[in-house]
Amino acid sequence: MLDTLITGLWQTLLKTIWDVLPIAFALFSFQVWILRQPIPNPGRTLLGFIYVLLGLTFFLEGLETALFSLGELMARQLTDPVFLYGDSAVPEQPYWSDYLWVYVFGAAIGFATTIAEPALIAVALKASAVSGGTITVWGLRIAVAIGVAIGIGVGTFRIVTGTPLHWYIMAGYVIVVIQTGFAPRAIVPLAYDSGGVTTSTVTVPLIAALGLGLASTIAGRSPLLDGFGLIAFASLFPMITVMGYAQIGEWRAKQIRQHQIRQTQELD
Amino acid sequence: MLIYDFYRSVRDSARDLLPIVIVIGVFQLLILKQPIPNLGQIALGTLMIVLGLTLFIRGLEIALFPVGEALAYGLARKGSLFWLMVFSLALGFGTTVAEPALIAIANEAAEIAAKGGAIANNESTRSDYAFGLRLTVASSVGIAVLLGVLRILKGWPIQWFIIAGYLGVVIMTPFAPPQIIGIAYDSGGVTTSTVTVPLLTALGVGLASTIRGRNPMIDGFGLIALASLTPIMFVMGYGMIIHA
Repeated sequence: MLDTLITGLWQTLLKTIWDVLPIAFALFSFQVWILRQPIPNPGRTLLGFIYVLLGLTFFLEGLETALFSLGELMARQLTDPVFLYGDSAVPEQPYWSDYLWVYVFGAAIGFATTIAEPALIAVALKASAVSGGTITVWGLRIAVAIGVAIGIGVGTFRIVTGTPLHWYIMAGYVIVVIQTGFAPRAIVPLAYDSGGVTTSTVTVPLIAALGLGLASTIAGRSPLLDGFGLIAFASLFPMITVMGYAQIGEWRAKQIRQHQIRQTQELD
Repeated sequence: MLIYDFYRSVRDSARDLLPIVIVIGVFQLLILKQPIPNLGQIALGTLMIVLGLTLFIRGLEIALFPVGEALAYGLARKGSLFWLMVFSLALGFGTTVAEPALIAIANEAAEIAAKGGAIANNESTRSDYAFGLRLTVASSVGIAVLLGVLRILKGWPIQWFIIAGYLGVVIMTPFAPPQIIGIAYDSGGVTTSTVTVPLLTALGVGLASTIRGRNPMIDGFGLIALASLTPIMFVMGYGMIIHA
């Protein structure tokens, strides 16, 4: 057990170093050769990179040990005809409501994994710092997580019903474009970014397992064709919810201002 | 002080992970009515995730963010548009070409193309197809970061780029082979990794903070959005060329 764990950690560390190497090379070569400047706080920077490497190693190995196998197992269990239909005969063509627990699980696991997504935490920290705390770290993370939850819920529904992926994506695009016109200007770039941030280390493997599990067990669905697309859903809906979060915030601020004005007028 | 900071970070990471534990616990025990398998292994894995998340966020704050911002500041102060563009292209391409999630998606796509009869079903053809797809996506991200940096320098609104990109995707979709559409749409989501995101964020915000007349909130964000959108079009284009 311990041997396997140490071997796994070592292999993951080597793989992580290999993945981070081109990035580190690009950064430091530009710093030294193009800008001709010394690396600021080299000791601290090196320590930070070691933290990043070790952090990612433990994180990825932990995901592999604890989460991915369990996530795949649960995706299989939830789409198992025995769980869905019990002793009754499996219908030729599934009805969308038979898979209600799958949608709920998809949405719940989408929300939960997004909250733990390191890339999102990074962007939320930066957004909070840049906005002077107007955008809170938790406010943004929850808004994005709700978007992913809706996205995966709708995405699993699409796999079950077998409707074309691009209808949903195009409808989502239309909503994003319309919403952009009404959302506070300062939130738009961050909202657009939040789509790409959500689908990273934790979310992608679990979503992929769920999509492939669903497409494999439903009659008439191809895992190779219908298994894809969930990541696209998880990237699209956070844009809508983050802009919505800002719009609600703006509306509430407006209500408070109007209330204060009314109070002042009453006092006068 | 240091120990208290570390304890607080661990506590925050544990709190971040709590929703996953709750969801899995509730579904496994109450809905599926199944015992949780390998509980010891899962507990150990969870501890590793908490420790990993703690170290990663600490590293982010002391290395990745400062390095990204220092580079943005240095490149802006140097005043060379050429080197800024070269750096953007190199960073976008270099960080994506080795992205594990992209490698997995590319291999999966090659499998689909082979099974669908679009390419020959042998190891070398599948490998070439997957590598071509990876290069396509990496190039698209390089171009996206370059465009994004140019946008920050010029102060152009992000929405025009995104809406134009959406139009491009909508127009290309009917002409793309059906088996590539799902992969193309997904490829946008897999290009932005755990290390790339903080770097691009720091680069964008750093540039917008350094250049006079730019607002870090409005101009600093948007690089990741472009890096997520361009691969969709490039992969559909790749599919149209390969499957023609």
